[in-house]
Amino acid sequence: MKGVRHFPGFLAITLVCLIVLYAPLLVVTVYSFNGSTSITQWGGFSWRWYIDVFTGPEAPRFGLAARNSLTIAVLAATAATIIATAASLAMVRGGKFRGRNASFALINLPLMVPEIVTAVAMLIFFTMIGIKTGYGTILIAHIAFCIPFAYLPIAARLQGIEPFYEEAARDLYASRARAFAHVLLPLMAPGVISGWLLAFIISLDDFIITNFVKGAGMETLPTAIFGSVKQGIKPNIMAISTLMLLASASLVTLSWLINRKGQRSP
Amino acid sequence: MANAIEIIEVIKRFGATTALESLSLSISDNEFFTLLGPSGCGKTTLLRMIAGFEAVSAGEIRLFGQNIANLPPDRRPVNTVFQHYALFPHMSVLDNVGFGLKMKGVDLAKRRARAGQMLEIVHLSAFADRLPAQLSGGQQQRVALARALAPEPRVLLLDEPLSALDLKLRQTMRFELKQLQKDTGITFIFVTHDQEEALTMSDRIAVMSAGRLQQVGTAREIYEAPNNRFVADFIGETNILQVEAQPISQDLTRVTLPGGSTLDLPAPPTASGQHSLSIRPERLSLDPQGSLTARLEHVVYLGTDLHLMARLADGSPLVIRMQNSARTALPNEGEEIRISIEEGAARLLAD
Amino acid sequence: MAGAGPSGKSGKDAAWAPLALPLMLPTWAVIGFFLLLPVLLMVVYSFLTKEFRGGVIWEFSLAAYDQFFISRGLFGDEPASIEWTYIGIFWRSLWQAAVATGLCLLIGFPTAWFIATRPPASRSIWLFLVTIPYWVNLLIRTVSLKFLIRDNGPLNEFLMGIGLTSGPLPLVNTNLAVQLGLFYSYLPFMVLPIYAAVERYNFALSEAAADLYASRWRTLREITLPVVKPGIIAGCLLVFIPSLGAFLAPDLLGGAKTFMIGSLIDEQFKGSQGNWPFGAAISVILMSLVLLSLLFYARAQRSQK
Repeated sequence: MKGVRHFPGFLAITLVCLIVLYAPLLVVTVYSFNGSTSITQWGGFSWRWYIDVFTGPEAPRFGLAARNSLTIAVLAATAATIIATAASLAMVRGGKFRGRNASFALINLPLMVPEIVTAVAMLIFFTMIGIKTGYGTILIAHIAFCIPFAYLPIAARLQGIEPFYEEAARDLYASRARAFAHVLLPLMAPGVISGWLLAFIISLDDFIITNFVKGAGMETLPTAIFGSVKQGIKPNIMAISTLMLLASASLVTLSWLINRKGQRSP
Repeated sequence: MANAIEIIEVIKRFGATTALESLSLSISDNEFFTLLGPSGCGKTTLLRMIAGFEAVSAGEIRLFGQNIANLPPDRRPVNTVFQHYALFPHMSVLDNVGFGLKMKGVDLAKRRARAGQMLEIVHLSAFADRLPAQLSGGQQQRVALARALAPEPRVLLLDEPLSALDLKLRQTMRFELKQLQKDTGITFIFVTHDQEEALTMSDRIAVMSAGRLQQVGTAREIYEAPNNRFVADFIGETNILQVEAQPISQDLTRVTLPGGSTLDLPAPPTASGQHSLSIRPERLSLDPQGSLTARLEHVVYLGTDLHLMARLADGSPLVIRMQNSARTALPNEGEEIRISIEEGAARLLAD
Repeated sequence: MAGAGPSGKSGKDAAWAPLALPLMLPTWAVIGFFLLLPVLLMVVYSFLTKEFRGGVIWEFSLAAYDQFFISRGLFGDEPASIEWTYIGIFWRSLWQAAVATGLCLLIGFPTAWFIATRPPASRSIWLFLVTIPYWVNLLIRTVSLKFLIRDNGPLNEFLMGIGLTSGPLPLVNTNLAVQLGLFYSYLPFMVLPIYAAVERYNFALSEAAADLYASRWRTLREITLPVVKPGIIAGCLLVFIPSLGAFLAPDLLGGAKTFMIGSLIDEQFKGSQGNWPFGAAISVILMSLVLLSLLFYARAQRSQK
């Protein structure tokens, strides 16, 4: 039975694939603990670059950038999740309403337009209508491109919830709003949480669009790192990278676990 | 007796297709009423319109005289037992049963007491703190029943509630449901495609097909006096013979059976010309003096019963059911047999 | 592209129908106003006249497209001929994106196949392992790759250490580095749709072919590949489109010789050297290429049905 599924060498290629994906990340993680100031020489295990990240000369700059990144990510992910939840109710439970196909295309638009084009279009737009680029424009841009990422797990979850739960709640004297709050939303929760987490990571990750609409003097973590690596890779960048890597990986793991748990219960 | 539900010329369309065609029906208070029909006949749509999940395209639905056709489901004093129970998976059994009361604004102590009482009725008091997923199918089914009955609805709607259970459990639940209906005095409207379920539990049955009511009556009326071919065919097994009908008096019609013998039946004088005649297999018997002649093709052994598969002179098949007993002397396959029809067993059908 | 929309046909899926429009309103407001409208404005903008030192004058002009396609010599006094500089950059970008897509397919297909044929329990773990790196910041991944493959970086030290090469391989600033970077950036995009297609594939078809004397590779080619083709096309598109407009990989891993569309656009919006209408025009041309790929995809999907 295994015959038609098995091809010689596919396991080897899969392992190559994983090595390619993980090798750079592992190497940077290892070198972030390098005690030497040179990035080439191994100078023994040390926490010095992690201490440098929080207390070194660049700490205030990166600290501010990190704060901007985090607050923008939290706000953008929250707004995008609320908008995406509303949209998924309309798309999944709204029947055939007018403009449904156009709405679906619109939700997916941020995934279809190349990032650099989105960046250019938004910069031109903000300049044209005279909004000063800065924190606010970054936030708006992030909300817009986070919507499809929040939408995907939420809509997928909602599609998996049978309509009869909500009907049962309505039948038992719950108004539409209370049926949503007491029954539908708790059932949707795994999708909503993973949607929020994905939107959060996507916002935290973005460089290209942020770089265009951030305006002068405003930095998020990726733009600050980019500015720094333009002058060459320094050990403290590797420490910051490792921290961000850890943050992303744990958030994705969390989202994955929540979704898996959600899939087991109906 | 007051009518619990009155359905008045209700029409339901989904886009271009018509699911229900101008249907009218009255269901009395305290009745166990069953909507019976094959899947897609409109029975579930009708139930969902009474519950308020589907809007009517035209017509009225009255609950004890009040038109509820335009009320949302949360403002109709009717509750539903769903086919797949629809128990809220994130709430305990007790919270599930108390949900309706909570939404009606009953305070915590009262609704706990009432929910506990309902669980007692369905013998599940020990399971109050469990989640639905930790219960068996039969237990979930009883929670669904308790949940729907807890707010004391005026009418209880049941959408094929037994279809997900295994045969044994289904048979016990039939009895329990009927008992519960008697005890509570609440009108039950029960949807099923299973004729046995319908026949054993219902006070009255409405047979539906293709979005229309075919016949409404007691189990006995529907089985013994089907008024059209669909009902005769759908309920139980039957033989349908093509006969020539001719009215001979005000309420007597003479039909000519295949093979030439005749039979006089009580039937309205409108019946004349080619007609279908329904005869249940258990009301036919082997009889050397019988009026029908057929050729025996096949004997099917069913344990308690035997089915004799025969063919009439005009080529139409005929099934005779007889009890199996050691003394039964059977003719051989291929032999000619004579069959008699029990008095009053043949029924002329409107097509 | 993000999963087909639910069909929403039966009455049961229409419980929220009365509120569908208000529920869609925020999406329309945010994406419609801050993304769709800007993209349309960008198209208009590409036809405006450039003002000295950034900015534009609201006068119709084909100057941006003229600059892209037509050459009139260094001082603008020679007869018009085709300008090859930008077309060359586009051509290189298309080539780089195509190579990266090919690499992804070469590695991604066997990987997706292997994962999809695991027992269901371990399947999700393999899949998870492949997707984690995607969620790590692209900038950090690109920087990490650069760190790994630089002249005196760990990869070269390793290769020299085991005696495979005598001196460091000059990888950074080459086309290969950019291709590797793009491959590394978007590999999970190739694996996921192919995985989904193979997982849905009914292996009884392969067994039937094997039963009828087809060899394993022949079965793969003649039975399986045609069935999972939509997944492969989707994967290729999901890698090709972002590769075409990529900025970080060519900017960090490449040099002057590997200049791609992303950097070209970026340049038009930096400092007083910038030329916004020209940048907008390049973006419009890039977007047209992407739309063409999407149309191709839609047609391929339709012909499949």
